[in-house]
Amino acid sequence: MASPQASQERSRALLFNSNLQQRYLKDNLFAGATWFAVALSILVLIVLLTDTFLDGMPRISWQFVTSLPSRKPELAGVAAALGGSIWLLILTALFAFPIGVGAGLYLEEFSIESWWSRLIEINISNLAGVPSIIYGLLGLQVFARWMQPITGGRSVLTGALTLALLILPVIIVATREALRTVPDGLRQAGFALGATRWQVVSSHVLPLALPGILTGSILALSRAIGETAALITIGALTFVPFIPNSPTSPFTALPIQIYNWVSRPQQGFHINSAAGIVILMIVLLLMNGTAILLRNRFQKVLT
Amino acid sequence: MESSLRDPALWQPNRRASQRTELIVRLILGLFSFVSVGTTIGIVLTLVFETIDFFKIIPFWRFFTETRWTPLFASAQFGIVVLISATILTTGIAISVALPLGLLSAICLSEYASPKMRQVLKPALEVLAGVPTVVYGYFALLFVTPLLQALIPGLQGFNALSAGIVLGIAITPLIASLSEDAIYAVPRSLRDGSYALGATKRETIISVVLPAALSGIVASVILAVSRAIGETMIVAIAAGQNATLGFNPLVSTMTMTAYIVQVSLGDTPAGSIAYQTLFAVGTTLFVMTLALNVFSFWFVHRFREKYD
Repeated sequence: MASPQASQERSRALLFNSNLQQRYLKDNLFAGATWFAVALSILVLIVLLTDTFLDGMPRISWQFVTSLPSRKPELAGVAAALGGSIWLLILTALFAFPIGVGAGLYLEEFSIESWWSRLIEINISNLAGVPSIIYGLLGLQVFARWMQPITGGRSVLTGALTLALLILPVIIVATREALRTVPDGLRQAGFALGATRWQVVSSHVLPLALPGILTGSILALSRAIGETAALITIGALTFVPFIPNSPTSPFTALPIQIYNWVSRPQQGFHINSAAGIVILMIVLLLMNGTAILLRNRFQKVLT
Repeated sequence: MESSLRDPALWQPNRRASQRTELIVRLILGLFSFVSVGTTIGIVLTLVFETIDFFKIIPFWRFFTETRWTPLFASAQFGIVVLISATILTTGIAISVALPLGLLSAICLSEYASPKMRQVLKPALEVLAGVPTVVYGYFALLFVTPLLQALIPGLQGFNALSAGIVLGIAITPLIASLSEDAIYAVPRSLRDGSYALGATKRETIISVVLPAALSGIVASVILAVSRAIGETMIVAIAAGQNATLGFNPLVSTMTMTAYIVQVSLGDTPAGSIAYQTLFAVGTTLFVMTLALNVFSFWFVHRFREKYD
């Protein structure tokens, strides 16, 4: 029987004589697993996009873009949905952009570190975690029901107001980040010349931060365009055979139309749904492309 | 030149006017910043008022103890536990997909990928996060479900499994991106210390880097759980509308969010019991996600490792 001292010696020897080859093998396996995870995520993205495009391409035509919904899948089109989405895009931007940028400006440039700005900060990070369907319930009760005389009930305006509240936290955060990249020396130079805070902000800080703010806002708007749950909850209709002609008109939107088609049993509507997704993705691609262009120009200006 | 320099307006600007403008601007912008607080107040008040109305008709205990969810039937039952079980099921499946996938991706991006690869891969994952959820729903119902049906006989056309898997794919970028931030922030010196002790790269990552980044990783996972609970379109499209109690992933089921969608699609007059169930279910959903968000916030602040 070995003495305790001897076994301790042996275990100490083992500590330095570890099997390097085995450890390196484990290392390679682990590295392989991490690459596999990334590859799998990207593969899923590619499969998702190609599958949908292959399903939808046969239906994509000018007729599909300009036709109103129909009970016959081959006659149906996305005109009403596309019109509704464009209405939503414009109205949402009209509400969310000034309010979001204004709130961001206030928090970053005007308010002194106080309980108010801390409260708003905590509030914004909490709002970002609220599911969109809850915003839908808020919109249903406040905009569609209480404010019915103004909004006309389940209208484009109600939808746009709800989406504006939904993306407001994103725009505020983007605005604050863009304002933080503006060098402080610029503000101090302005104050030294006797300008008020608003004069400094409006003439120097805001123009410099604007590309960054616009990038963030466009990305936020692209989230609004893809949003479905909140719009369904406020009671947007799924069958609308006309393009909305005023803010108080009933409406449907691209994601709702896609949902409506995908939840029908007929194969023909599934193809329509895929084609609708292709149109939606093209709209999103255009918006994101604009945002990236702006970001690139912005980076060139600073360096 | 001479005359413009002598222009008195240039040297005596109207300070009072610019101060007035300053005040007005400050007021308006302050009002805008209140909108976000107003949103929170609005959400809470809306949910609370309608939920109180709901509980005036349906007693509290029925909501929590009944085991069937049939509010639109003649013999109405209001067991929220049915919808919660479905939500837990789809969220559980989603996390068991998204946690390994997201965490490994985060490790890869932060530790293994070269800066150039990182520049390509990160935006690609962001694209995955930007895909509208209705598209994921389409993918789950018409691509993943037929694929799984070929592998698992007896899988229903609507099922929690494929909805959960696709939900997991949808929240993977969230875990990957937030965890990557946390892992990337671990200082170089900790890794160097570990290498100097003879550890391999994997050993360094597992026993030094990940523990140092743990608070951020846990927070990202909790946020992902919260997102999965509130996610609507994927489960509404692919998991079906069948409110049954149980955790069988192979059959159709109805989550809280799917119920809200189902009722919203019909024409529900305000004040009816169906209308009020929307808000009772919404309140349950809101409380669950809020609790998770607050917990994640607290966790980060409590367990953050700080390095200078």
